[in-house]
Amino acid sequence: MTDSAASFDIDVTQGVLKLAPQGDWRARFLGGLDDPLRDFADDSVGRDLVIDMSGVERLDTVGAMMLQRTLRACERNGDSGFVRANEAQAALLEQVENHLSPCHVEPLHENAFVAVIRRLGVGVVDAYYAAIEVLSFVGLALATAGRVLLNPKKMRWTSTVYHMEEAGLNAMPIVGLMSFLIGAVVAYMGAKILSMFNADIFTVELVGISVLREFGVLLSAILIAGRSGSAFTAQIGSMKIREEIDAMRVLGLDPMEVLVLPRVIALVIMLPILALVAAVLGVIGGGLVAATAMDISPALFVSRFQETIVINHFWAGLIKAPFFAFVIAIIGCFQGMEVEGSAESLGQHTTLSVVQALFLVILIDAFFAMFYLEIDF
Amino acid sequence: MTDEGQDSNHVIEVKGLKTQFDDFVVHEDLDLSVRAGEILGVVGGSGTGKSVLMRAIIGLKRPSAGTVRIFGEDYYQASDKEREVIEQRWGVLFQGGALFSSLTVAQNVMAPIKEHLNLPDELAKDIAALKISMSGLPEEAGARYPAELSGGMRKRAGLARALALDPEIVFLDEPTAGLDPIGAAKFDELIVNLKESLGLTVFMVTHDLDTLHATCDRVAVLAEKRVLACGPLEEVRKTDHPWIQEYFSGPRGRAALAFKAS
Repeated sequence: MTDSAASFDIDVTQGVLKLAPQGDWRARFLGGLDDPLRDFADDSVGRDLVIDMSGVERLDTVGAMMLQRTLRACERNGDSGFVRANEAQAALLEQVENHLSPCHVEPLHENAFVAVIRRLGVGVVDAYYAAIEVLSFVGLALATAGRVLLNPKKMRWTSTVYHMEEAGLNAMPIVGLMSFLIGAVVAYMGAKILSMFNADIFTVELVGISVLREFGVLLSAILIAGRSGSAFTAQIGSMKIREEIDAMRVLGLDPMEVLVLPRVIALVIMLPILALVAAVLGVIGGGLVAATAMDISPALFVSRFQETIVINHFWAGLIKAPFFAFVIAIIGCFQGMEVEGSAESLGQHTTLSVVQALFLVILIDAFFAMFYLEIDF
Repeated sequence: MTDEGQDSNHVIEVKGLKTQFDDFVVHEDLDLSVRAGEILGVVGGSGTGKSVLMRAIIGLKRPSAGTVRIFGEDYYQASDKEREVIEQRWGVLFQGGALFSSLTVAQNVMAPIKEHLNLPDELAKDIAALKISMSGLPEEAGARYPAELSGGMRKRAGLARALALDPEIVFLDEPTAGLDPIGAAKFDELIVNLKESLGLTVFMVTHDLDTLHATCDRVAVLAEKRVLACGPLEEVRKTDHPWIQEYFSGPRGRAALAFKAS
């Protein structure tokens, strides 16, 4: 296992066991001696042991610990001990003597079955309280918004505009590009399948309805949840860690008013605009594919578009945008406020923020779909 | 070890050190040596580069000029292999403990042991328990995560990890900062005790006048980009320099002295 720089001899004189360690008793050379020494200790329980230190050239705490451990395992009455240890060795042996008790290395594990049940229970209870907390956060945000509405001087315009730029304007290129590509992909799908029925021209409806009603707004929301929702959590969360939120409170600044409201308002204003841009570019993407891959000229595309796509499709999509924006901003800020203490907590809550925001966006989208179906919108 | 014409009694020898961040020079032409088996306290006002000096010695901040010799070996000229040997012979306690947050205290202490020593698991666990106990932590602390510990316990756990490989030199960065006076006094005691029984050399950066009085064999004062004075506390106190006078003879300095005298 290691070089044999360390070793030990055993002999018995007049009924007294004698252990004579030899050589360099430092940690790096002792790997191979651990088991033999333990076996020796097990075999000699209850017998007096004398450890002769004269053969030890070098000693560190690990060597001293192993020798003390062996001595303690054997010792029965006062005749055991170390002999011929020099001053430094004696000091080391003494230092180690009082620190021999083992300690746990890993946190205590419980029974796996119990752990599963417990985790399930904790999960359910946590989800219940999390739902209540989110709802009360929504309430608080709305109440704060109401208060600010009555007293518009309290509105933080600089901060709001900053977040409109950061979360809205700066996201425009990527949202537009993504939507353009999705519009093109939808058109390609239509081109392939609809042409089998000689119904190429319906590609216009396919692109128009899907992009205006769903893809434009949904893609913008998903991108913003990943881009800005997580950023909100990280910003507010790191302020929480540095006690900036506490400092605000004691200075009489309301974090809801200073941090949350500007972000919520910024997103609620910007997401519909992003959705509009996404819808326009999605249709352009579809139109381009229709012109290049099919025999639908841009002029035909536009006139067909005007004839068949009613404005309702556009509104059906756009109406959802502020709701999505509200949910994304609220979840982002809420998770930021939930961050406690460490950097891991910040990471966890940032992940949670994106996952929850995406889930809620899709859930709300499903509700809207059912609602629109019922009212024939 | 190679002894190239320097005092073999010096385990750390810094010569003509210059460190800088871009254009901002922290140290210039700084000399300092640390003798085997002593506790050297490094003091200085905020921003005089006490921690930077420590980082330059332990290889975290490359100096722009000068040499750092550790055990007679020029650290920044040494090969990777030589460096690894040097690194196993020192232990560092960072200001906040710098424990790995995803590992328990015992796993933290075992990390360097597992990395550098080829030892059976059982023995590594025993070693971890020994170091944790020697650092004055209760045995149940071994299974706790750093986030569950108080500031004082975190420093002790950091010390346990620094001692894991039985180092010859221990670097301590403000070991008593943020501890209450009782905890700080106990930490001082612990350091002196370990230094004596393990024969450690201690390089300590500190602000704490009580710690200086209680533990240090020699004190180095850092100011004006270099070591202004270095020697036993009594000698350094007498140095005629406004900062040193203010530091040791200000109300806190006198209080610490009075406390020691009583």
